[in-house]
Order: sequence, then C-alpha cells, then structure tokens
Amino acid sequence: MTTENEKKWELRLYIAGHTEKSVTALNNLRRYCEEHLKGQYKIEVIDLLRKPQLAEGDQILATPTLVRKVPEPIRKIIGDLSNEEKVLVGLNIIPA
Amino acid sequence: MKTSNSKKQKNDNKPLLTLQKAPTGIAGLDEVTGGGLPKGRPTLVCGEAGSGKTMLSIEFIVRGAMQFNEPGVIMTFEEQTEELAVNVASLGFDLQKLQADKKIKMDYVHVSRSEIRETGEYDLDGLFIRLGYAIDSIKAKRVVLDTIENLFGGLKNKGILRAELRRLFAWLKDKGVTAIITGERGDGKLTRHGLEEYVSDCVILLDHRVVNQISTRRMRIVKYRGSLHGTNEYPFLIDEEGIAVLPVTSLKLDKGITSDRISSGIPSVDEMLGGKGFYKGSSILISGTAGTGKTSIAANFADGVCRNNARCLYFAFEEPPQQIVRNMRSINLNLDKHVKAGLLKFFAARPTLYGLEMHLVAVHKAIQQFKPSVVIIDPITNFVSIGSLREVKNMLVRLIDFLQNEQITVMFTALTLNDMVNDQTDEAISSLVDTWLLIKDIEWNGERNRGLYVMKSRGMKHSNQVREFVISDSGLELIDVYIGPDGILTGSAREAQVIQEETGVAIHNYALSRKDREIIRKRKVLESKIASLNSEFESVEEELNKVYEEEELRKQILNKNRETIQSIRRGSENKDEPKNTGK
Repeated sequence: MTTENEKKWELRLYIAGHTEKSVTALNNLRRYCEEHLKGQYKIEVIDLLRKPQLAEGDQILATPTLVRKVPEPIRKIIGDLSNEEKVLVGLNIIPA
Repeated sequence: MKTSNSKKQKNDNKPLLTLQKAPTGIAGLDEVTGGGLPKGRPTLVCGEAGSGKTMLSIEFIVRGAMQFNEPGVIMTFEEQTEELAVNVASLGFDLQKLQADKKIKMDYVHVSRSEIRETGEYDLDGLFIRLGYAIDSIKAKRVVLDTIENLFGGLKNKGILRAELRRLFAWLKDKGVTAIITGERGDGKLTRHGLEEYVSDCVILLDHRVVNQISTRRMRIVKYRGSLHGTNEYPFLIDEEGIAVLPVTSLKLDKGITSDRISSGIPSVDEMLGGKGFYKGSSILISGTAGTGKTSIAANFADGVCRNNARCLYFAFEEPPQQIVRNMRSINLNLDKHVKAGLLKFFAARPTLYGLEMHLVAVHKAIQQFKPSVVIIDPITNFVSIGSLREVKNMLVRLIDFLQNEQITVMFTALTLNDMVNDQTDEAISSLVDTWLLIKDIEWNGERNRGLYVMKSRGMKHSNQVREFVISDSGLELIDVYIGPDGILTGSAREAQVIQEETGVAIHNYALSRKDREIIRKRKVLESKIASLNSEFESVEEELNKVYEEEELRKQILNKNRETIQSIRRGSENKDEPKNTGK
C-alpha cells in the first residue's frame, strides 16, 4: 500500500442514513473493491442526513450514489450496486 | 405520514377554513387566481418551450422575496444558476444579490444520462436532502422546481422516478412551502410525463401561439382546487418589468356610472350633444373615411381635456406622436404644451408589433401607470390587420369594460374605406360604444366636403342634423348645411347658395324701394290733380255764387227801385229809410 496506490482509486459513497439500500450498496462496493482493487482504493462514505450541504457539490440526486473522484473523469453510479458487472464497467475497472 | 395526519387534524379544528393564498405579485395573475397560488401547496405551471414558465416561476420567487418577505428556493434542472441570473437581469432582478442577502437560494441540479449509471434500487433522497437543506438554510416559504421533468431524461428507472416524484410533492406539502413545478407540454397531455397526475391543486397552462406571424402569449388556469378562479385564456406580456397578465373580463360587474359630462373640446360638437358633450366614462367612436379629420377631432378632445387640467393618454397606432403634434399645429392646436406639462402622453406602437391581446395588455399597463381620465385610441381599425373583426371586437369589449370600471372616457377613431366596409366595421363596433360620430364625405359639384352626423348617443338629447365639418387654420367648426330643393349643399355650393340668397335680398330690396318711390310720385300727381280740381271747383263755385249775388243784387235793386217808386208815389218823407234798410 503505497501512497500512489491510494490515490489511484478514490471512491465516495453518498447515502441518506443507514437504510437497507445504503448498507447493501456499501457491502457490495467493499466486496468488489477487495476483489479487483485490493490495496489501491479508498472509500469515503458521506451520510447526507448529517452533511446535507455536500449534496450540491457532487450533484447528488439519488441515494445511494457512488462517485468515482479519481481517476478522472468523474463517474457516478446510483443504486444499491447489486449488479457487479455494471458497477465494474461503470467504474471502468473492466472494459465494457 | 404522521406529520401529514397531525396537520390535517389541525386544519379540521378551524371552522370553515378557506384556502389560503400566496400572492405572486405578478400584475394580473393575482386577480385571475383570486389572490395568488394555493399557499403551502404545489402548483404546476406547464407550457411549451419558450412559453414563459421559467420567467413566471422566477418572478414568483423574486417578488415573494422582495414584496412579501417570503424567501424562496429556485431549484433548476435546466439552466445553470449563473445563466439564469443573467437571463432575468434584464428584468431588473438581481438574483446574485438576493442570494447573498439570503432572500433566495439557487441550486442547479445537473442530470446527465451519460454520467450516471444505474444499478439496483435507489431513491431520490439526495434530492430531498438537497432541497430540504436549501429550504431550511434560508427558511424558505416558496420553492420552484424548473423543470423537474428533466429527471426523466437522466434516469432510466421510470418506476422509481414516478414513485419518488409523488413522494416529493407530498413532502413539499408537508413542508408547507408554496411551490411551482414547471413541466413541458406534451402531446395531448398537459405535461410530457404526466406531472399533472401528481400536482392536483392548481394547474396553470401557458401558451405561446403565432397566428399570422404575430405571437400572443396566453395563460389559463386549468384547475384550482378549492378556489374560484377565472377560467378564460388570459393574454400576458413579458416586458422589461416582468410578466403582466390581463384579466380581460373581470369576474365582477359593478361599474359605477356617473352622469357627469365632459366636453368634446369643440363647442359646436358639444352643441350637437345636448350642449354638454359626452358622458364621463363613456365610449365614443369617431368613424369616417380617410382624411375626414378623425385625428383632428381626437386631438381637439385631448386638447380640451388637458386645458381642464385632466390627464389624457393618446394611443397612436398610425402616426408617430411628433407627427401628430406637428400636424395639429396647422389647425391651431398646441399639443406640445400639454405633453411638456405632463398632462398629455402619447403611446405609439405599430399594430403589427405584436398580437391583439398583447396590445391590450400593453394598453392596460400604460393606462394603469399614467392614470388618465381620457384615453384616445387612434385608430382601432388598424388592428383588423392583425386580427379578425370578431377578435378586434372582443378586444374592444374587454378594453371598454376595463375603462368603464375605471371611469375613463375613451374615444376611438375608426377608418372606413368605402361604404361597404364602412357598414361592416361600424356595425361590429358601434353596438359597443355609447356615442358614435360619423364623418361622411359629401362629394358633389366637383369637390369633397365633410358632413358630421351624430349616429347615436346613448342617454342624451342629440341633434339629428347633418353639419358641415370645416377644418381651417383656426380650428374645427361645424356649420349648418344648406338644405335646398337639390338636397344638401356643402362647401362652395353652400357658399354660392348663400351669396345667391344675399343677391336676391338686395334685388328684392331695390325693387321694393322703387315701388315706394313710384307710389310717392303717383300720390304727388294725384295730389296736384286734386288741387287743380279743387281750384276748378272753387272757380265754378265762384261762378255759381256770382250768379246768386247778381240775382240777389238785382232783387235788391228791384226792391229798391220798387220802394223808390212807391215812395215817389206816396211822397218824399220816407226817402232815406228805405235806402238804409235796403243795404
């Protein structure tokens, strides 16, 4: 785990409270990352109920929303991330 | 759910609670809706692209913040907030400043399908939280969502979206904010994605129609639950001061009527109208063919009004104001003076500039700003070029309705092209007006003259005579026409007739005086004849008298002689006596 690797994947998960959907999403995300990006990722979970002012900056509409901050360009995936392939394609971890 | 239930109960406790309304501050809209939008409820504003939805919403928020102390949130899904601020800056709305003052809050929600992928279940809590945060941060009472339908373009899962929208509107109600949700017009539906299913309290439809290359904006309240509202299509205008809706036919019909009179500015016209002129607050139509002096009459009226220190608003739809002022100088009218004194105001516009309804809105606005006691519209017939006769009539009904309510006297001029059109146009309009002056060309004897009739004048005694209408350097004048065996005579024929009559009188007078002299002469002759006869008679009488005297004398002489003879026979003692007695 070098600092370079840490920077390679910066993911942010926006949730609105600990709902079923947000727990599912977070669990799914962790699982995919461990499988495909082990050691190269960083996940930041933002609960909008606590920090509503952050919703505007990343243009969040839906929850849960996964935002890939790094690498650029920014990508967003909304939903509970239950479809692994879609998530991996969306994050550009595997080619479409 | 709990919160909504408790709210309902609260409302039930208050007896006969009528719907509260949030005034929009938009000219005319509050009249049409009977006070504004339903307070604390969402209102759907739908219409095609460019129909003014965003403008209406923004004005609702800005006026709310500035006039009614109700802060508002603008959540836009279409335009960046900076763009929006620039777009409405032309209306004098400084959104950035209002935002800095915490009067409004703008939030741009960017939705793009290319950036968003969906996988699995989700909800729109993010949007709720954002909106809730915006509302709470400035304690907003008003919210605009413009145009929330854009979400349909960004999100694939329509099932979730619809459910979430339904939840959103219920949530807005719970929040107690007065909201405007805009929606694009769809085929056969009010909105493309059926937003009207979710927002059912109040629906306003905006429309932008182009007929004969002239555009008209219209607004209709499709529904307004729990409130009386105007159901017609109301034209509206977007100008440099924002939106102005025209409540064309007011819901109430309670006009105040006075029997005060107002002079026409031309004494001889007043004379034809029972000596006092028009009724105050009535409508007057002046119709005539081209060049009959309609504008001159109108200008005289304006002049008369201004000389009495009242205000007059002159709508010039044919000539530029400067031209009217210049032309009227030639008939001894100085309108410039009144313009400078602020009593007379010209409002000039080409009829083709915009549609009839828009004109009506513009006229309304101008009247409400200037507050004149007299309005002149010169001419109304030019409007036929942008609308059918029926539409023009409709427009005039509304205008007259409005003016009567305001107790404003209005004078229209109408151009009639020839007799055929004349009857048509006039009939359509004449039934609306109270007083109708008709100027007719009388073409005869190689010249044209103007004849003025009072076709009608409701509720007053008026002349049934044709007057010749003369425009000279010194002004307007009405002259009695000559009615002779050949019909009415006007112009030079009338002058000639007058001269002829004067000649006749002179000749007649001359003849009379000659006869008089003849009589005097005859009398003199007769008198001299009488004198000579008299003297003849005297001489005859004298003659006769002479005979008598001679006879007498002879008798005396005879008697004397006889006495002398007798005395001679008796003696001579009494000689002297008979001599004395005899004499």
